[in-house]
Amino acid sequence: MNTIRPDPDALLRALNRQDGVRGRLKLFLGAAPGVGKTYEMLMQAARRRDAGEDVVIGVIETHGRAETEQRATGFEIIPRRAIDHRGQTLHEMDLDAIIARRPALVLIDELAHTNAPGCRHDKRWQDVEEVLNAGIDVYSTLNVQHLESLNDVVASFARLRVRETLPDRVLDHAEIEVVDIPPGELIERLKAGKVYVPQEASRALAHFFSHSNLTALRELALRRAAQAVDVQMLDYLRAHALEGTWAAGERLLVAVGADAGAHEVVRAGKRLADSLCAPWTVVHIETGHSSPASSLREDLSAALHLASQLGAQVATIPAGGLAEGLAHMAADLRATILVLGQGRRRSLFRRDALPAQLAALGLGAAMHIVPCAAAPRRPVAARDGEFDLAAWLLPPGLLISGALTACVTFAGVMFAALGSVTNIALLYLLPVMLAATRYGLWTGIVTGLLSSLAYNFFFIPPIHTFTIADPQNLITVVVLLAVALVVSHMAGRLRDTAMLSRASAVRSSALAGFARQLTGIGAAGELGRVLCEEGAGLLGCYTVLLMPEDGALAQIAASPKEITLQALDRVVAQWSFDNRKPAGRGSDTLSAAEWLFLPVEAGGKALAVLGVAHPDAAQPVRADLLPMLTSFLDQAGLALDRIRLEAERGHLRRLEERDALRAALLSSVSHDLRTPLTAVIGLLGDLMPADPEQERVLNLARAEAERLQRFVANLLDMVRIETGAVELHPEPVDLAEAVGSAAHDLRRLLGHRKLAVDIAADLPLVRLDPRLLHHCLINLIENAAHYSPADTPIRIEARADTDGLDLAVIDEGPGLPPGSETRVFETFTRLEGSDRKGGTGLGLAIVKGFAEAMGLQVSAANRADGKGACFTLRMPGGLLWKENDRS
Amino acid sequence: MTAPGKLAKILVVDDEMAIRRLLRGSLSRAGMDVVEASNAREAMAALDIDKPDLVLLDLGLPDRDGQELIGPVKASRAALLVVSARDATAQKVAALDLGADDYVTKPFDTDEVLARVRVALRNRLLADNTAPMVRFGAVEVDLAARIVRRDGAEVHLSPKEYGFLAELARYPGRVVSHAAILRAVWGPGQEQAVEYLRVAARGLRRKLEDVPVEQSVIRNEPGVGYRLML
Repeated sequence: MNTIRPDPDALLRALNRQDGVRGRLKLFLGAAPGVGKTYEMLMQAARRRDAGEDVVIGVIETHGRAETEQRATGFEIIPRRAIDHRGQTLHEMDLDAIIARRPALVLIDELAHTNAPGCRHDKRWQDVEEVLNAGIDVYSTLNVQHLESLNDVVASFARLRVRETLPDRVLDHAEIEVVDIPPGELIERLKAGKVYVPQEASRALAHFFSHSNLTALRELALRRAAQAVDVQMLDYLRAHALEGTWAAGERLLVAVGADAGAHEVVRAGKRLADSLCAPWTVVHIETGHSSPASSLREDLSAALHLASQLGAQVATIPAGGLAEGLAHMAADLRATILVLGQGRRRSLFRRDALPAQLAALGLGAAMHIVPCAAAPRRPVAARDGEFDLAAWLLPPGLLISGALTACVTFAGVMFAALGSVTNIALLYLLPVMLAATRYGLWTGIVTGLLSSLAYNFFFIPPIHTFTIADPQNLITVVVLLAVALVVSHMAGRLRDTAMLSRASAVRSSALAGFARQLTGIGAAGELGRVLCEEGAGLLGCYTVLLMPEDGALAQIAASPKEITLQALDRVVAQWSFDNRKPAGRGSDTLSAAEWLFLPVEAGGKALAVLGVAHPDAAQPVRADLLPMLTSFLDQAGLALDRIRLEAERGHLRRLEERDALRAALLSSVSHDLRTPLTAVIGLLGDLMPADPEQERVLNLARAEAERLQRFVANLLDMVRIETGAVELHPEPVDLAEAVGSAAHDLRRLLGHRKLAVDIAADLPLVRLDPRLLHHCLINLIENAAHYSPADTPIRIEARADTDGLDLAVIDEGPGLPPGSETRVFETFTRLEGSDRKGGTGLGLAIVKGFAEAMGLQVSAANRADGKGACFTLRMPGGLLWKENDRS
Repeated sequence: MTAPGKLAKILVVDDEMAIRRLLRGSLSRAGMDVVEASNAREAMAALDIDKPDLVLLDLGLPDRDGQELIGPVKASRAALLVVSARDATAQKVAALDLGADDYVTKPFDTDEVLARVRVALRNRLLADNTAPMVRFGAVEVDLAARIVRRDGAEVHLSPKEYGFLAELARYPGRVVSHAAILRAVWGPGQEQAVEYLRVAARGLRRKLEDVPVEQSVIRNEPGVGYRLML
C-alpha cells in the first residue's frame, strides 16, 4: 500500500485553526465591471505594503488597463500554476504556493472565478476560504450579480445570467467596501474603452450597461453591503448574548418540490430570510405522488444542496400528502412564514391549489408565493419515469382489463339469453373496479368507458347500436364511469401510502438493522467492516473506510476487501478528514477524484472518513441515496465515539485499579514495617540494664532502632510523594504554633540545643496542610541539627513581604558546597563531611515534595555572612489568610 | 465505676501480639490490670465480661473497622484511647468526634501511652462533676467564677479566649478537637473556622506562656486540635 503523507500544509492549517487565528477577508464590491474595484484594491494594498506589511499578489486581472497595471507594479506576484486541460494550458492561482509563502496579506482578484478542472477546489472562493483558514488576510473583488441569492434578480432585469456564483455566506464574515461610481460616469468609461468587455459578450453587455440597469445594480450592491453589516452586527450581538432583540423574530420554512423551479424558490427564500434576519429551513415533502423523473430528482438534490450552501437547514420529510406534511413541519418549526413556489395542478383529483389546502388545515404561518415563471415546464408524461411509447399505447393493464370486459360482456350475453337484463350493469363493476385498483386511474377510466360502451352496445335497447333510447339507462353509464374514477382515486391513494410506508419501512429497518449491528461491536476494525459492507450494499458501489493511525489515515476496511486507493484519492480523503467536509467526486472540492469521501463525525470531531465510488469509474454515486448513507455515517460516528470512550474508560479503570492496589500495598507495607519496630523499641525500653556496659549497649540498640524507624517513615513519605498519593487538607495555620509543635516532637533529638525562633506575633495565618508542614519543619530542623555543631543555635525566622512570606531555617554549620543548592533536594543526596547522626538522605527530598504539594517553593542557600546554610520555604501571597476570606 | 483502691482495668485491643505484650508490660508495671483482645469480636466479648475502665483500641483491626467499636465502648462508660497510624489525621479527628477521649500515634512511645492513659482515667472519674478549679503550672482556672490567674494575679481574657481555655480545662491533658472547641465556644455551624482558634490561641499564649513557641500551657496538635498541658 502506498503510504505517502499527503498535503503537508494540512498540518499547518490545523495548527492555525487551533490557534483560532483566521485571516480577515476584505471584499471590494462593485455594481458592475469597470467601476474600479481592482484599482481600489491595489491602492489600499499599497498603503498596507508601505506601512511595512508583507503584501503579495496571488492573482490579479488587469485586463490590459494601463492605470491598473501601473498600480500593480512593486508588488511581489506569486506565479500562477499551469494546468493542462485537454491539450490547453490554463493558468490558475497557485493556492499551495500562497499558503507556503505565508504573507500577511494576499490580493486575490475576482472571487467568483471558476477554477479550471484539476484544481483542488471548483471555485476560487473556496481557495480563499483555505487561505483565510491558514491565517492570511485576503483582499478580493466581486460584482454584485455573482452573489447566489441575487442571481435571479439581476437576471430578471439585466437579461444576463452569470454562471459564476458564490454563496452569500462568504460575505457575512467579510469586511465590505462598495466601490461605487455614478452610472453616467461608468457609461463614459465604457465608451472610452476603459471597461474590459469580452468579445463574445459584447452584445449582451451593451444592454447590460444601460443607465437603468446600472442604477438598479448599484442599489443592489449598496443594499447587500448594508445587509452584510447587519449580519455582522447580529453575530456580534449573538456572541455577546444579547439574545432578546430577535428571539421573537420570524422563522421561514421554504418548501421545494422536485421541479425546475426549486432553485428559484430557494434563492427567494434566502433573500427573504436575509432581509428579515430570520433562520430558515428548506424542506422537501416526499409523498407517494412525487416519485419524480431522475432528471428532476437531480434538480431537487441540487436545489437542496444550494440551500444548505446558502445557510439553510435542509430536510426531506416523508408524508402522506404535501399539504399535511407542510402544515405539520410548519407547526413543528413554529414557522411564521411559509415560502412556496407557484404550485401547479398535478392530477384531476388534486382539488384546490396548495395554499387553499394549507389554509384549510389551519396553517398558522403567512404564505409567500414565489412565481416560477422562468422555469420551463416539463411534459407530464415524463413525471412517472421515462417515456415508453409501446407501453403507453398498449399497457398490459389495459389489455387485461379489456379481456375482462369482454368476458363480462360474454357472460352478460349468456345471462341475457336466460332472460334477466337489468342486473347485468352490476357485472361491469367488476372489471372497472379491478382495473382501477390494480392499474390506476387512467386504466380504470378507459375500462369504465369500455364497459359502458359494451353495456350500451349489447344490452341497452336499441341493442347493437351505441344509441340510448331510455334516459334511465344513461344513469348506468355515468355510474360506471364515476365508480371507475372514485375507486381508482381511492385505490391510488392507498397504493401510494403503501408504497411510501414500504419505502420508509425499508429505510428504517435498514437503519435500525445497521444500528443493531453496531451496538454489539467493540472494535473499530469490525465497525469499519460492517460500515463498508452496509454502505456498499446500500449504494451498490465500492466503499473504503480510513481512520487515523499514528498521525496518518490508514485503511481500516473496504468492500470488496482488495480495494486500494490511489495517491490522489488519499489526498482527497485527508482533505475531507481535516476539513470535516465531503470531498471528491460529486462534491465541490477536488472533484476530479474517482472517489467521494464523507467524514464520519461525532462530537464535532472527525473520527474516520468513508470513501465511496461507483464500480464503473465514469458513473457518479447515486446522489439521492447519500442522505441515507449520511444517517449510516452518523450512527457509525456515534458508535466509534462509544468505542473510543469505552477504550478510554477501560484505560482509566486499569489506572484506578493500579492506584488502589498501590495504596493498599503502601498502607500494608507501612503497617508491617512499623509495628515490629514499635514493639522492638518499646520492648528495648522495658529492659532493665544490669550494669553500665549493658545500659550503653541497650541505648545504642534503641537509638539504631529509632533511626530505622525514622528511615522507614521517610521512605514511606517519599513513596507517597513519588506516586502522587499525597492528600491535602489545608487549613489556616499559625506558623509560630507549627514551629512549636515540630520542636516539641523533636525535643529528644534536640536535647538542650537552643532553637531561636523569630516569628512576629501578627504574622498572617497561612493556608497549609498542617501535617505536611509539620513533616517539612521536622525534616528541616533535623537537617539543620545534623549539619551544624551541637553548641550552635538553630534559627527559625519568618518574614512577610509584599507578595508572600518566607520561613527560613538557618544553621551555623559549614554551609553547602558551592553549586549544590538545588542538588540537596534530590533523593539520597548526602553532603560530604556529614556525620553519622542518622540522616537518611531523604529528609530534604521529602521537604521539597510536601512543600510543592502545598504550593510552596523551597530553596537552599549559604548565609550571606558565610556562616552556615539557610533553607527557605516560600509561601506565595495567594496562600496567606486574609481577614475577609471566611466571609 | 471503679471502687477506690481497686486496680484500673485496661483492655488492649490490637491484632499484633508484640504490641499487646509491650503494652501489657508497661501498664502492669504502672499498676494496672490488663486484658487483651486481638480482634473486634474478642473486644466486644471482653467489654461485656471484664467491664474495663479504659480501652486502648487500635483502629486497624482484621475483622472490623475499629471505628465501629467506638460506640459500644462509649456505651460501656469506659474511657477510650485510639491508636492510629502516624498520618491518619482525618481518622483521628473522626474518632475524637465519635467520642474517643484521646489518641496515641503509632509508632508510639510507651511513656506517652502511660501518660495518656492516666489522664483519661482521671478525667473519667471527674467526668460527672468537673473540678471547679483547674491548675496547671503557674496558671489557675476557676471555672465556677470564670476567673483565670497566673502566678496569683488575675489575667484578663476576651470572652472567646476564656471559652477556649475553659473548654480545654474541662479535660486537662486531653486533646480537644478543633470542631469540638469551635462548637462549644463559637456555636454550631462554625466548626470549620479554624482561624478563630489560631487567633484566640495566639492571645492566650501571649498572656499565659513565657516562651510561646515552647507551648508549655497550650499544645497544638497539628491538624487535630489543642491540648492543655499539665
